[in-house]
Amino acid sequence: MTDAAPARPGGAMVEFDGVGLRYGPDAEVLCDISFNLQPGSFYFLTGASGAGKTSLLKMLYLAQRPSRGIVRLFGEDLVAMPRHRLPGFRRRIGVVFQDFRLIPHLSARDNIALPLRIAGVSEEDLSGPVGEMLSWIGLGDRAEARPATLSGGEQQRVAIARAVIARPQLLVADEPTGNVDPEMAMRLLGLFEALNRLGTTVVVATHDIHLISRIENAQMMRLERGRLSDPTGALRYPPANRT
Amino acid sequence: MIIPRVPVQHRRLLPDHRLSGPTPWVIAILMMLTLLAAAAGVGLARSANAIGDAIAGRVTVQIVTANPVTRAQQAAALRRAAAAQPFVLSARSVEPEELQATLGQWFGSTEGDDPVLKSLPLPALVDIDFVGEDRAGPMRALRTLVAREAPGARIIPHAEWLGPVARLIRSLAWIAGGMVVLMALASAAVVIMTARAALGTHYATIEMLHLIGATDRQITRLFQRRIAIDTAYGILLGSLVAAAILLLIGWQWSGVTSGLATTASLGPGGWALLLALPLLAIALAALTARQTLLAALKKIL
Repeated sequence: MTDAAPARPGGAMVEFDGVGLRYGPDAEVLCDISFNLQPGSFYFLTGASGAGKTSLLKMLYLAQRPSRGIVRLFGEDLVAMPRHRLPGFRRRIGVVFQDFRLIPHLSARDNIALPLRIAGVSEEDLSGPVGEMLSWIGLGDRAEARPATLSGGEQQRVAIARAVIARPQLLVADEPTGNVDPEMAMRLLGLFEALNRLGTTVVVATHDIHLISRIENAQMMRLERGRLSDPTGALRYPPANRT
Repeated sequence: MIIPRVPVQHRRLLPDHRLSGPTPWVIAILMMLTLLAAAAGVGLARSANAIGDAIAGRVTVQIVTANPVTRAQQAAALRRAAAAQPFVLSARSVEPEELQATLGQWFGSTEGDDPVLKSLPLPALVDIDFVGEDRAGPMRALRTLVAREAPGARIIPHAEWLGPVARLIRSLAWIAGGMVVLMALASAAVVIMTARAALGTHYATIEMLHLIGATDRQITRLFQRRIAIDTAYGILLGSLVAAAILLLIGWQWSGVTSGLATTASLGPGGWALLLALPLLAIALAALTARQTLLAALKKIL
């Protein structure tokens, strides 16, 4: 069991140590979660529906604080971190949501440009990257379309483009290929892999076992009933840290 | 800044249609009532002050000696003697024609040739204004003077009979001021409800903005700007309607030339207050919206 041994810090991008999460007075949905994510690595998070994948991801992208335990991100303790410092950390994280969460009254272009605008990038500087991203996801001719007029797959692509446009240090994706055809799924995975090669740490939650086999050196985390198992043994002792 | 500056591209984060639906109209009605209440309050306060100033140091000596010649002599002697006193600012005999003209309004005879009116034994009146704020000393000295120059004459301080009227007017002015405060609070409550409704309506957008790194300040400025503009529309509309009503009342009031009505006016200070109120209202709305939004956002991680 992975939760038996203590977490090893040592330059990890993300450190969870003895983390538990409960909503209200109910039993913990996540229990004794301990792992480290190394910079530049690629992780798949798997598990049955209701195992707690989304809850774990919510803590990763700072939408939820743990009920107990220690969470460190980019070397800083997030549990005790004051609220006003969170936006700066969130700008270093890209998130692909299962339900896309596009802003309905904004065009595809404006949805993709959102992280850059929030970060204060000028319109002049963001128009190029946004245009390139639109072309890359195959929506160059639908840049002004509202989400409601896009198909599920197109919305998914816009959501992914929005997550990666600001070149995040950590990319968290919750079922990112659930609504796209296999060809687009491979293209999106290729994008994640390319970002990973550029140094972005990627965490992808998925049910798709075929997807996992496509990425070399990817490590797998498996959640079972709120507890983390580590079939490859790579989480606690990733290859670079093994002695 | 009352209406924060937000880049055009950021403004699009909120839908184009107005956030608040009926808010501008409710604010317009409240603003109109606030301005009318404020105008009434200022007018009444100035009227009460004018009456107070006029009556505070004035007395009328009523000489009721039966013989008209003696009565007139006593009035003249009293006026002269009073005018020579250091505590008297002015002393004036009220002419019999002035008294008859005043009474003629009640008798239905304005020409002054009514034989009944002419046959009435009218008292001789002397109006005396005191110097300074001290009333007790001059009153004692005046009583001595009256006893010497016009024995049996009655001294009537104006404050005795106009004082309650002035107090009533002052009370009405305070009530009007209270209404202004209550309507300001009601306006603030409307803004709070609008801000909360806006947050509820756009919760998904706000949550998304938070998750991609938007600060509370960035989000607050968006909503604060929109709410301030909405309320500014309402305040402008309410102010225009109130101004039209006040101008109409002022025009009609200008035809009233008698009695207490002439003491009611807004004055430069009053107009300045009425002009400042809409700006204060916009500032209050923006500040209320900002505090409401910040407090609500703090509850979201």
